[in-house]
Amino acid sequence: MLPASPAIEAAGVSRTFGRRRAVDDVTLSVPAGDCLALFGPNGAGKTTLLRLIAGLLAPSTGTVRVGGRPLRDDADARAQVGLISHQSMLYRALTARENVEFAARLYGVADPRAAAVRALDDMRVLDRADTPVRALSRGLQQRVSIARAIVHAPGVVLLDEPYTGLDAAGGAALTGMLQSLRAARAALLLVTHNVDEGLAVASHAAVMLAGRIVRMADCATLEARTFREEYRALVVNGDGLPTGAPLGLSA
Amino acid sequence: MTGRRTPGVVAAAWLIARKDLAIEFRTRTAFLSALVFAVLALCIFYFTWDQSVVPPADRAPGVLWVVLAFSGLLGLQRSFGVEEHDRGIDALLVSPIGREAIYVGKAIGNLVFLFAIQLVAIPALAIFYNLPFGRPLLAVGGIVLLATIGIVAVGTLFSAMAVNTRLAELLLPMLSLPFFVPILMTAAQATTLVFAGRPPAEAWPSLKILIAFDIVFLVACTLAFPYTLEE
Amino acid sequence: MTTIPVSNGTSNSGSSGRSNGTPAPAAPRAVFDWFSAVAALGVVGIYIRAIYFTPIERLQGAAQKIYYLHVPAALAAYIAISITALMSIVYLWLHDERADRLAEAGAEVGLVFLTVVLTSGPLWGHRIWGAWWAWWDMRLTLTLFLWFIVAAYLIVRGGVEEAAMRGRYSAVLAILAALLIPFIHLSVYLFQARLHPMPVVLKPGEPSLPPEMLTTFLLAFAAFALLCIAFIRARYRVGLLRDLAAELAA
Repeated sequence: MLPASPAIEAAGVSRTFGRRRAVDDVTLSVPAGDCLALFGPNGAGKTTLLRLIAGLLAPSTGTVRVGGRPLRDDADARAQVGLISHQSMLYRALTARENVEFAARLYGVADPRAAAVRALDDMRVLDRADTPVRALSRGLQQRVSIARAIVHAPGVVLLDEPYTGLDAAGGAALTGMLQSLRAARAALLLVTHNVDEGLAVASHAAVMLAGRIVRMADCATLEARTFREEYRALVVNGDGLPTGAPLGLSA
Repeated sequence: MTGRRTPGVVAAAWLIARKDLAIEFRTRTAFLSALVFAVLALCIFYFTWDQSVVPPADRAPGVLWVVLAFSGLLGLQRSFGVEEHDRGIDALLVSPIGREAIYVGKAIGNLVFLFAIQLVAIPALAIFYNLPFGRPLLAVGGIVLLATIGIVAVGTLFSAMAVNTRLAELLLPMLSLPFFVPILMTAAQATTLVFAGRPPAEAWPSLKILIAFDIVFLVACTLAFPYTLEE
Repeated sequence: MTTIPVSNGTSNSGSSGRSNGTPAPAAPRAVFDWFSAVAALGVVGIYIRAIYFTPIERLQGAAQKIYYLHVPAALAAYIAISITALMSIVYLWLHDERADRLAEAGAEVGLVFLTVVLTSGPLWGHRIWGAWWAWWDMRLTLTLFLWFIVAAYLIVRGGVEEAAMRGRYSAVLAILAALLIPFIHLSVYLFQARLHPMPVVLKPGEPSLPPEMLTTFLLAFAAFALLCIAFIRARYRVGLLRDLAAELAA
């Protein structure tokens, strides 16, 4: 079942909006069981890159593959992916359980009810399962959204700032979830601007600035404090920026 | 990992339609407002003609089609707004189901929504305009069925387009109404013939246009739908 | 129902400009546009000929001279709209922004000529039929609905910010509209065939025109076709300059 090719693979991916290059010639690969944390300031192109890998955007040039297959026209490849994005992707009028169960059915999970209960329990929101999403707090909505994204036990999980709005318990539940996903040989791509959150689960770290990946490191050989300082230097001082790239960065 | 089977087009479309109808059933706001609008409009139109000049039964077909078109627009507007709010559409797009299944599912949901309005609006028309219940009303039901398929076919596509524009809801009537023209013209004509007690054969040319419209635009809009999504 | 936040699917879209992969277009040089000048002179010449050197029609009198505006304008509108439909197909196929810009130009110029048709028609009708508007006149009715569709097309263009999406939306709409027109034609035909016998009126462009009139007509067709192409060329340049300006601003 496990493909020989890396779970997530982007080769020379660029995406322009008008003249602006949001993502500029990015190449990366994440093998099964690894977690790449992608750091970068606002507007660095992290979200665009994630949406390109998720197949929600088409690259201007380059290719994206998941499990060795192009995502956009391959239903089986898409079935491997779980996405957690900025927006909750939930329907407010439906309950948490209905939302997660609907997602499970979209992926053809064998027992959608049980899978939904399990996912909600993993994210510690089972007690609010029958509350309409509209009535849940932002943090609880985020937990339901994460449950929705992993209900089909994806082999590839793409996460865009998943810790936003989560309290300590929610953050711990998410970290635990990500670790168990990794243990189950899922590949994770975690987009965040918070270095500590990212390094807590990552096996590799990358820094994105102005659409490019400017630094790539293996967490095994990386010391958190040094990396944090290096990241600050890159982002705040603008060291190592490709020449001529637009600035406008915020820490 | 075991026991996963991606639903086919029909199954996926049905999932989406059922989800949309569940949302609608929960909130009921769009349905109730469309329904009240339809019945209210029927009543208001009654007073826009002098009944000593034009008998109510004569204007019933025209009134019916104007009311069904506009209340239908109210229903169609909500269709993709639900997806846009928290980008539920993204979850559908990254899932393994095909894009045409999204369109078909949305269309089925809209079809049920519009039928539910018509189920109240047509008897209300019969009551307020003193039309005979029974056989003619059944024939009108058949015409309504054909016309609603066409309305939903184009309306669902334009609803998907409208939510991605700056104009949002404003755009839907402007885009849809020109496409409703052949539907409304032929359906109103067929309805007039039915109410006038003419033989069904006379309405056949109108029905043929309706059927052709349904087929052409169901196919064309299903093919066009993927182009309306963000890329 | 809540208001929908518009097109924020990508956190960082919004700059309009070129779609992907097309080479940067060269800015058109500001030169005197001979083409437009010739077309404009041609139209002026046609009206001098039509007013002073073409005989007055026996039955309709001077009102018949409206034909020299009405019919060529309709021809120009059809040319412009055909370009839009054709370029929309090309755009969906090749994703070439030049096709999109040409489609836009065709629609806008088409709307202008359709407006001319729709204003000159009733002026003539009022004089000859005694009615401003005649729903049973297939061509006029069809032109009216065409006007609405083209107007909707241009409104859609104005409502979408991202260039590639605007191109796709408008192309889809134009192609669907091309499918719609036969249906409108059929339903209008059915409507008028049931309720009215075909009216016995003089039809524009009947074959038995006197030679002077025919010559004026043919020259008018040529002048309007030229004017239409000149307008589209000019409008295309405006679109090109606008896109360039947007790119420089980005």
